[in-house]
Amino acid sequence: MTYSNKVLDHYENPRNAGSFSQDEEGVATGMVGAPACGDVMKLQIKVGKNGVIEDARFKTYGCGSAIASSSLVTEWVKGKTLDEALTIKNAQIAEELALPPVKIHCSVLAEDAIRAAVDDYRKKHGEK
Amino acid sequence: MPAEPVYLDWNATTPLHPAVREAMLPWVGEYFGNASSLHRLGRRAKTAIEEARSRVAAAVGAHPAEVIFTSGGSEANNLFIKGVTAPQKPGIFAASAIEHPCVLEPMRQLARQGWALVEISVDGAGVINPSHWREVMEKRPALVSIMAANNETGTVQDIANLASGARSAGAWFHCDAVQAFGKIPLNFRSLGVSALTLSAHKIGGPLGAGALVLDKRMELSALIAGGGQERGLRSGTENVAAIVGFGVAAELAVARMAEEGARLLALRETIETRLTAMGATVFGYGACRLPNTAYFAFDGIDGDTLAGQLDYAGFACGSGSACSSTHAGPSHVLRAMGVSPEWARGALRVSMGLRTTEDDIKAFLAAVGNISSKLKNLSAISA
Amino acid sequence: MLKLPIYLDYSATTPVDPAVAQAMIPWLTEHFGNPASRSHAFGWEAEAAVEKAREQVAALVGADPREIIWTSGATESDNLAIKGAAHFHQEKGRHLITVKTEHKAVLDTVRELEREGFEATYLDVQKNGLINLDVFRAALRPDTTVVSVMLANNEIGVIQPIEEIGAICREKGIVFHVDAAQATGKVDINLAKLPVDLMSFSAHKTYGPKGIGALYVRRKPRARIEAQIHGGGHERGLRSGTLPTHQIVGMGEAFRLARETMADELPRIRALRDHLLAGISSIDAITVNGDMAHRIPHNLNVSFAYVEGESLMMAIKDIAVSSGSACTSASLEPSYVLRALGLDDELAHSSIRFTLGRFTTLDEVNHAVDVLRRGVGKLRDLSPLWEMAQAGIDLNTVQWAAH
Repeated sequence: MTYSNKVLDHYENPRNAGSFSQDEEGVATGMVGAPACGDVMKLQIKVGKNGVIEDARFKTYGCGSAIASSSLVTEWVKGKTLDEALTIKNAQIAEELALPPVKIHCSVLAEDAIRAAVDDYRKKHGEK
Repeated sequence: MPAEPVYLDWNATTPLHPAVREAMLPWVGEYFGNASSLHRLGRRAKTAIEEARSRVAAAVGAHPAEVIFTSGGSEANNLFIKGVTAPQKPGIFAASAIEHPCVLEPMRQLARQGWALVEISVDGAGVINPSHWREVMEKRPALVSIMAANNETGTVQDIANLASGARSAGAWFHCDAVQAFGKIPLNFRSLGVSALTLSAHKIGGPLGAGALVLDKRMELSALIAGGGQERGLRSGTENVAAIVGFGVAAELAVARMAEEGARLLALRETIETRLTAMGATVFGYGACRLPNTAYFAFDGIDGDTLAGQLDYAGFACGSGSACSSTHAGPSHVLRAMGVSPEWARGALRVSMGLRTTEDDIKAFLAAVGNISSKLKNLSAISA
Repeated sequence: MLKLPIYLDYSATTPVDPAVAQAMIPWLTEHFGNPASRSHAFGWEAEAAVEKAREQVAALVGADPREIIWTSGATESDNLAIKGAAHFHQEKGRHLITVKTEHKAVLDTVRELEREGFEATYLDVQKNGLINLDVFRAALRPDTTVVSVMLANNEIGVIQPIEEIGAICREKGIVFHVDAAQATGKVDINLAKLPVDLMSFSAHKTYGPKGIGALYVRRKPRARIEAQIHGGGHERGLRSGTLPTHQIVGMGEAFRLARETMADELPRIRALRDHLLAGISSIDAITVNGDMAHRIPHNLNVSFAYVEGESLMMAIKDIAVSSGSACTSASLEPSYVLRALGLDDELAHSSIRFTLGRFTTLDEVNHAVDVLRRGVGKLRDLSPLWEMAQAGIDLNTVQWAAH
């Protein structure tokens, strides 16, 4: 298995790894994947009063590409509104990390994680 | 008598080319990984195998994906013949009567399971008999196997033409090119064969490596099942050192072929002219033959005896087929050429290669002259 | 200074012992004859070297040299033994027995025979990887002709009760084949006493070169097999093809060395393996796979829960190890051997096979333990599963989002 330098960098130096407390103000959590499939991603966003994502955290059980995809996504969502965050597509993630075809599903999962976190936030805050 | 024995049995096996040896040594040393391992030692071995595959493919004008590495020519021949027939209902298949045993024996084995083997006859020079060939093609065989050049006589067949005929008859065409490879040009595409068998140790490469070059469209059953190496057609941990050596040997052999061929042909002509003058008969004379091979007999002199005397005098030659270790009878190749058993028993093969010099041949001819006249006198006395 | 990567994958292949390489070199230089050449000294000396190596191989396993047939490796030996015996005895019966944890070379061969119309039983193993003899007895049928069971498993290193199985086969007149590729130099093998008819060997798992192996074919009582590669009639007609002298000489020397060094080497390697296990044991939530008592001293197979297999391999990239058998690790399938022990897919994926050998040092083992502790620690810090497990959540009760 050969990984791109960007994947290796995120894997060696994961950005925003960790967890927020669930009870913290503005925190929402998206958990996607399943252990049996080999990847589980947990993405947390902390949304400010102005509706902008101020901070993000991730934890991922999965291969190097899955870890890198979720690490990258935590960087990308920061400073975006929820709607802006939802425009992040798996193809962009895959392109940025130069994922090989067999690892595209990792980027799909990362996109799903954003959606799940945003949904969780909106559910908690009674939007739609 | 020369200080070092002169090796004149290059069709049996060849000394390892020094550059090949240099290329191989790291793979019996620090680069010892299993090519199936995912860690870097394994990946390095895998890369080396793929480089060798490209080299072997380039040497015969094939695509690297068409090269399947095996433990040698015998296995490659068995793989194709058994692999292609395995899923089929038994029918007719054909091979020339002068094929190597590792083509004829698997076919005879299959003949016990219902296949009908037709042996295609050759003429007195060892060339496929065209009328018999046409007759056999009319039987619509499923598979035809013809060697590019014979290991004993060096006789070369017109493979492109035969392959085209076989194709028109709806047959797969397999060509055992073990002896021809590196000695005459072979192009997998222009030959139009379904499969080509190659061996490393006949071209300055190591013992223990060979290849089947297989048309991508061919479906084959594996001969050796297991871990699924070589696209599932040949399981077993790859012999990385030998495969690397094979790649380098193939590249070198093809690069020097034209020049070497001309040099060896001149030596062969010297040998055959002198031997004929001494009263020997040259087998396959007049046919297109490999430049390095001279096969001959003296009337009334046993080939094994002559080889033994020559070995004692410091010249290593082959008598009969050096590849067959079971039957000691007269060569089936010579019998198929219509040579009488008495003459066939006298057969001696000189096959030359990279290290063979003009001086070697001069010395050899002098030794043959002495020994043959001595033996003739002996047989005259005993007669 | 440690040389990286640290090689702990001796069951995938071993380095060629320098003494073996030295023994091979002359046969790659001036002594290049074809052992089948009968008309000159180049051939005779090669033949003599081949016969000397045959004696060396036979000596390690308590066999007669005439019982040793050269092949291109253990995979070919397995094919030759199983297909050869099944075909030879097919008039008598067409049922074969093997084990779910055998090497692919055995399993795929048996599967191929099934496609030809043979029937096969693949025995389950117990949680510890060993065969239950009652299960084996129950699988026997009147038409069973061949049984194939490996001596030491390539992934988990467990040693099967070969003697007992052999005795049962002998009593019933069934051909018994044993794949011993992973056992030579690691387990005492005495074929003069063991009731085994056919046994496969490999050189490159025992510090010899790749591309050479052997099949033991018992003479008394005679094991009968059909050849699989036909041609010049080498190896008494059982395996045609020019013999690769240098490789055969290498295998002979490697087996001679194994016989000479086993008594000293095995306790040393066992101590290093136990040291490795002790070091890893400080990591939480690990499982050792396979029986520890009936096991070659070189092998340790451990599952690290809550860590994904591929990222684990990345985390420990300076240690060369296998996750599953080297021959199947190119695919992402979880190891079928670990599955047969009852491990679920995730745990099978996050398992590592450590195999130690002749050149493994204490420093290397210590370094490997450090790398593992750090790597597993880092990945668990990143793992949502570990976080949940630590919080006392039973992961089996979690509803995972469909993916």
